[in-house]
Amino acid sequence: MSEKVLLDYGSGGRASQRLVSELFLKYLGNDELDRLNDAAVFSLSGKTAMSTDSFTVDPIFFPGGNIGSLAVHGTVNDVAMMGAMPRYITCGYIIEEGLPMDDLERIVAAMGEAARNAGVHVVSGDTKVVPRGAADKIFINTTGVGEVLVDPAPGGDRARPGDAVLVSGTIGDHGLTVLGTREGLDFEARVESDSAALNHLLVRLVQELPDVHVLRDPTRGGLATTLNEITVSSNVCCELEEDALPVKDEVRGGCSLLGLDPLYLANEGKFLCVLPAADVDRALEIMRADPLGKDACRIGTMTDANPGKVVLVTRLGGKRLLGMLEGEQLPRIC
Amino acid sequence: MSFELLDRFHDPKLCRQLLDKLNASLDSEFRFMEVCGTHTVAIFQSGLRSLLPEKIIHLSGPGCPVCVTHESEVNAFLDLAGRDGVILATFGDLMRVPGEKGRNLKKAVADGARVKVVYSPFDTLKLARENPDNLVVFIGVGFETTAPTIAGTMKMAREQDIRNLRILCFHKTVPTALDTLLADQAITLDGFLLPGHVSAVIGVEPYRFIPATYGKSAVVTGFEPLDILQSLLKMVEWRNHGGAQVGNDYTRIVSDSGNRKAMDVMYEVFEPCDALWRGLGLIPGSGLEICDEWAGFDAKKEFGIVIEEGPALPGCKCGDILKGVLQPDQCPLFGKACTPANPVGPCMVSTEGSCAAYYKYKLD
Repeated sequence: MSEKVLLDYGSGGRASQRLVSELFLKYLGNDELDRLNDAAVFSLSGKTAMSTDSFTVDPIFFPGGNIGSLAVHGTVNDVAMMGAMPRYITCGYIIEEGLPMDDLERIVAAMGEAARNAGVHVVSGDTKVVPRGAADKIFINTTGVGEVLVDPAPGGDRARPGDAVLVSGTIGDHGLTVLGTREGLDFEARVESDSAALNHLLVRLVQELPDVHVLRDPTRGGLATTLNEITVSSNVCCELEEDALPVKDEVRGGCSLLGLDPLYLANEGKFLCVLPAADVDRALEIMRADPLGKDACRIGTMTDANPGKVVLVTRLGGKRLLGMLEGEQLPRIC
Repeated sequence: MSFELLDRFHDPKLCRQLLDKLNASLDSEFRFMEVCGTHTVAIFQSGLRSLLPEKIIHLSGPGCPVCVTHESEVNAFLDLAGRDGVILATFGDLMRVPGEKGRNLKKAVADGARVKVVYSPFDTLKLARENPDNLVVFIGVGFETTAPTIAGTMKMAREQDIRNLRILCFHKTVPTALDTLLADQAITLDGFLLPGHVSAVIGVEPYRFIPATYGKSAVVTGFEPLDILQSLLKMVEWRNHGGAQVGNDYTRIVSDSGNRKAMDVMYEVFEPCDALWRGLGLIPGSGLEICDEWAGFDAKKEFGIVIEEGPALPGCKCGDILKGVLQPDQCPLFGKACTPANPVGPCMVSTEGSCAAYYKYKLD
């Protein structure tokens, strides 16, 4: 295999086949994928959740992960947020001519490992190579399907006044890491992306507490934007306690240096959970028993005071609006 | 990194004590203006605004550099975007500032212009070195806070024999603008919160005229809730005792005489000039231009750029808002025709603009 990805590898001919068999099947292979049919055939039972996402993150490698692992985590998490167990994913790679083959191998290897850890099978894939400049190094699309475990499924429109709002851990880690790496900024303390598959934790949560009203992963736009989406869909107000928000000191430091707000930074391994107040203690027990939820805490309450708005109760006890992110805080974060 | 020290300036108990004291000291309205966008945001973001006594009237002044960048200055840099052989370098704030016909730098990039967002003016040195066949033009917008680093960048460019760097200098100076504001009879004010970062460079001395000429108080202060409350209380107490003064409550950063070295660098490269301020118009001696000795760096000279007053934006009240005559939500366009997604005036564009802060943070 040559050192760089050439246009030949996307031609559909022998070079493509070699790339598929020597690289993609090596790391992603399973009984279904190995058959190399035009489509995957599989069975699912009951209601099915399905989600698709495209990944264009720049840089493609960052502390805590790379675009390959992120492409699995992002889609697996989206499916899991519907109270579903993700089962199968597909992947579509668009590769810029000239990408070092070693980079591609690291990415596919990370995708394979992430899929194994999440317990999903990659059952269909596609690779295209485009001329230099037609894409930025590599873009990946993944689509996932899974079996919905609870009825009704959690949904953004199901928050009710009186519900508690929980977050599974510290916020802003991924967004700041990606920005810091992209710009070559040297932070005093190391920050690392939180990119992770949350499905195992989420399945335990919804199986024990099926009355969870909303599950959402605060990715692009961050916690503030996701909460705004929920309050608008459910027509409730979210009162958020600034003091309760978990933000690592190094993220806070990086943000204050760059004039960013961690509430608007992307997360790739965290989720928001809105549920009846009576279930809070048990939910936190379940979350904290998992390493991915060890910093879980309650951050607010849904009320009927200002429907469709998120209100931040500041450390001083003042109140202010916490709006949606306008435009981009950062370009191409995931 | 420890935030213990910084957190003390947020201490809810101490803030409550200061708020109680402030409340007890007020026998009539006290109208204060902060002259710095960072203060505007700090007052809203900390929730302080919702806690201030009713008699404290909070006005946001012309302290956001993006907001006071004149329409014709905006059009000038938009004209440069997309010119053959030009790479514009800018702080991120300017990317969405609207010019005539709805133009902005983001749209220019989509049309193929080469625009690079930098975090520091020094980043332009590398950019210029890496693009020897292009002219790198840095949009120099800001007050005395940023001017010295740009002057330093020019000096380093000269030392390193970098010849393809130009500065489009739209710098403005704060004290002169405050003089103009205070001279305006339409504006009623009791005191200023002065921008701490600007004073880190120029110190406190240039503001002595505020009590001397106009009988108003002014305090250089930091950006944490306790800084702001302490300075407000101080100004109210001065008024209660029948006097106006200038104070420095940001002594952990600011010395009364300022940073001599930074000022020397700044005035080695720049000299005062008349400047057009958005909403305030022409203020003599309130700008900085590149002096003859450094004229080779001057993008205005290179491209023959002349900044002139043009027709105002119809319906936009940014001028009155920057002067504290109107509150942002009193503008007929606020939240309707003018939002952060589609800003009409500059106060809605910058994250530190007073309209953007109202829109983003104010709870009705």
